[in-house]
Amino acid sequence: MKEEEVNLIGFLCNWCSYAGADLAGVSRFQYPPNIRIIRVMCSGRVDPELILDTFLHGADGVFIGGCHFGDCHYLEGNYYAEKKIEMAKRLLKVAGVEPERLRLEWVSASEGERFAAVIRAFTEEIKELGRIKYDKERVEAVLMAAADYRLRILATKERELLEGGNKYGEVFTQHEMDRLLDDMVQEEYEAKRILLKLKKPRSVKEIVSELNMKPNVVLQHILDLKRHEQIEVHEIRDNTPVYIARELSEGGLTE
Amino acid sequence: MTEALRIGVFICHCGTNIGGVVDVPVVAEYASTLKNVVHAECNLYTCSSDGLECIKSAIKEYELNRVVVASCTPRTHEPLFRATCEEVGLNSYLFEFVNIRDQCSWVHMYEPELATEKAKDLVRMGVAKAALLEPLEELSSDVIPSAVVIGAGISGMTAALSIAKNGFYVHLIEKEREMGGLLRRLYKLYPTEELADDFLEQRIKAVGGHERVELHLSTSIKDITGYVGQFKVILDENGAEKSIDCGVIIVATGAKELEPEGLYEYDGKQVITQLQLEEKLRRDALNLDGIENVVMIQCAGARGEVVRYCSKICCMNAIKNAKLIKEANPDINVFIAHNELQAYGEEYELYYRAAKKAGVRFLRFPRETRPKVRTSDGKLVVDVFHDRMQMNIPLDADLVVLSVPLVQNPDAERLSKLLKVPLGQDRFFFEAHVKLRPVDFATDGIFLCGTAQGPKDIEESISQGYAAASRATIPLAKGYVLSAAITSSVDEAKCVGCGICESVCPYGAIAVVETEEGRRARVTGVKCKGCGTCGSSCIKKAVTMRHFTDEQLIAQERAAFVTEEVVSE
Repeated sequence: MKEEEVNLIGFLCNWCSYAGADLAGVSRFQYPPNIRIIRVMCSGRVDPELILDTFLHGADGVFIGGCHFGDCHYLEGNYYAEKKIEMAKRLLKVAGVEPERLRLEWVSASEGERFAAVIRAFTEEIKELGRIKYDKERVEAVLMAAADYRLRILATKERELLEGGNKYGEVFTQHEMDRLLDDMVQEEYEAKRILLKLKKPRSVKEIVSELNMKPNVVLQHILDLKRHEQIEVHEIRDNTPVYIARELSEGGLTE
Repeated sequence: MTEALRIGVFICHCGTNIGGVVDVPVVAEYASTLKNVVHAECNLYTCSSDGLECIKSAIKEYELNRVVVASCTPRTHEPLFRATCEEVGLNSYLFEFVNIRDQCSWVHMYEPELATEKAKDLVRMGVAKAALLEPLEELSSDVIPSAVVIGAGISGMTAALSIAKNGFYVHLIEKEREMGGLLRRLYKLYPTEELADDFLEQRIKAVGGHERVELHLSTSIKDITGYVGQFKVILDENGAEKSIDCGVIIVATGAKELEPEGLYEYDGKQVITQLQLEEKLRRDALNLDGIENVVMIQCAGARGEVVRYCSKICCMNAIKNAKLIKEANPDINVFIAHNELQAYGEEYELYYRAAKKAGVRFLRFPRETRPKVRTSDGKLVVDVFHDRMQMNIPLDADLVVLSVPLVQNPDAERLSKLLKVPLGQDRFFFEAHVKLRPVDFATDGIFLCGTAQGPKDIEESISQGYAAASRATIPLAKGYVLSAAITSSVDEAKCVGCGICESVCPYGAIAVVETEEGRRARVTGVKCKGCGTCGSSCIKKAVTMRHFTDEQLIAQERAAFVTEEVVSE
């Protein structure tokens, strides 16, 4: 891809959006050539991790196309997709990347003209935002957070919790859910940032100053990470423990 | 991977469709520089017999173990290229499709240079995915050549007889002691006005007397397991447990009339439902002694009152009963209070006109002002707000008949869970697609017909019975089903048995079972449709979605940006 151009990746479901993109072609509806399309069977297949990895490796915008509600070839895959994309947006936000760079649209197999229009508009928007700029370590941290089981459970179960309630029949309001998700995303993000810092031995004090976080927050995360055996004490330096990450491969995407 | 990767890339000109915009030879030249690519060529039409010959001979000559075709769309041409690979012994899932026509040359017609760049990128991405493809197998499994039809109403009877006539054994299951369903309670049928009993008698004889129909009366379903071709249905037949193996299942459980408790002073005596009227007519024929005025109220409990839908059959049913009463007893005043009247098609319209001619009076009320039933001096009065006159008209009534909608049977919920098929918003069974697959469930091997799917009249129930039978006969006649190769699989070493995959699977294809190692998710390949939602939901990433694995998608996406690493030295 050319340097000055924005790079877009589209993940399209086989049954609706990919077919809609084909129809745009058959009908010769033109759109800018910035987007590269990857076919998946269902929008529900698109994992927040895959989206974040795409951004980390150079996408300026990511487009997800699925079937309209009620039309999903797999009945409900698109409902799950919506929540997973929302999770990815929350993660982008805490990493300092504009969530508008991620776009989810429902495009049916008969909406060729609409597909072209949507891609034209999205490309235009991304061009206005310009090439993506991010702090690599922050995006790596959210990528790891996306692999964390807590966020994966919530991204999948959000719909159920909003509609059917939890095991005790407690139904969550959207407001409660948003607050819960934002808190957990923030928490996981902080933990992963600290974990990434501990690739090299560091004390709590050093992390506090490097990440500009509150000491009590860092200490709490350190204790949690240690309890989960993700970090260990490397040495005691001037009566202060210095920690190091045990291994970073687990949970993250294999390089 | 022990075997070295040998990828062949074929770039199609598609005449001028691609070649007129994208510089195809340049793309092919570029493809030949990519890592693992041992052969790249362009063809005028890769899908022509010449083009396919090129693929086959290249596979042999260069010992290709992966094939990438960059041309039109997999939605139309993937089966062809896969079959071509298969012909020369290359597993068809080692083929990767790159779309440079519908999603490139056709949509970037005025930017040929950028389109060529994009085509190169797409080919590079395709090659990156192809390098990680794995051979997959479509497993064939046998179909037990018999069917279970649940419900022996008119629709289920029709379906059962049709399958039996096609040469397959049918178990027809009915919870009541006799066949017939709702028809048993009807008097005469519209628009022919034949006696329901006569009509039913012929059908019961045909179905009950057929050598390949086995009746199970007074029988309920205890459990259903299995999948298309291999279902096991456990019955409770008169208290005795019985197990039946079958290849397909048809749901024809019918519907029931809404009980209008608390509506329009319903008491089951003077204020009754249409079905209760039919039973009365069956018993006493048309001798309605002492009755001078009959008022029928349409949409009672329907269209926003109790249920939101239109029950479709009540208009014609009321017209029929009103007409029969009026013709037999011209002195009785028969009124039909309605909001909108539905007598679709020429035949029904003529029937409606005949009822009018016979003297049935039609009064239209606005939907927001429905009729009210009250008692005055010990007599019933129905207040109907006349839409045209914008005034209230009190009608004396000796008999009020409520046209109530059909509603789902209460035990449908249980059956839907046993079969893992959905109920729609109105609690009726929900078909796979309203237009394209109207009698299929999304789950293979299970079909539906009749009022279990929503209110419909006898003619429609019979047509749907035939339709369901015809769809169900396909796997029975073939004798086998091919399971898709693109399914998910579980790494049991990683799985913690949390069950989140089971909760998102619409087909019951993945489920947590007890193993020696503890609770683990297992996939039933035949049931899996390959959406991959289980994979993107698994908290331990123990689920792999074949052919669209994490590794494959990541390689494909990363290759869009990384140019140098994938180029061979």
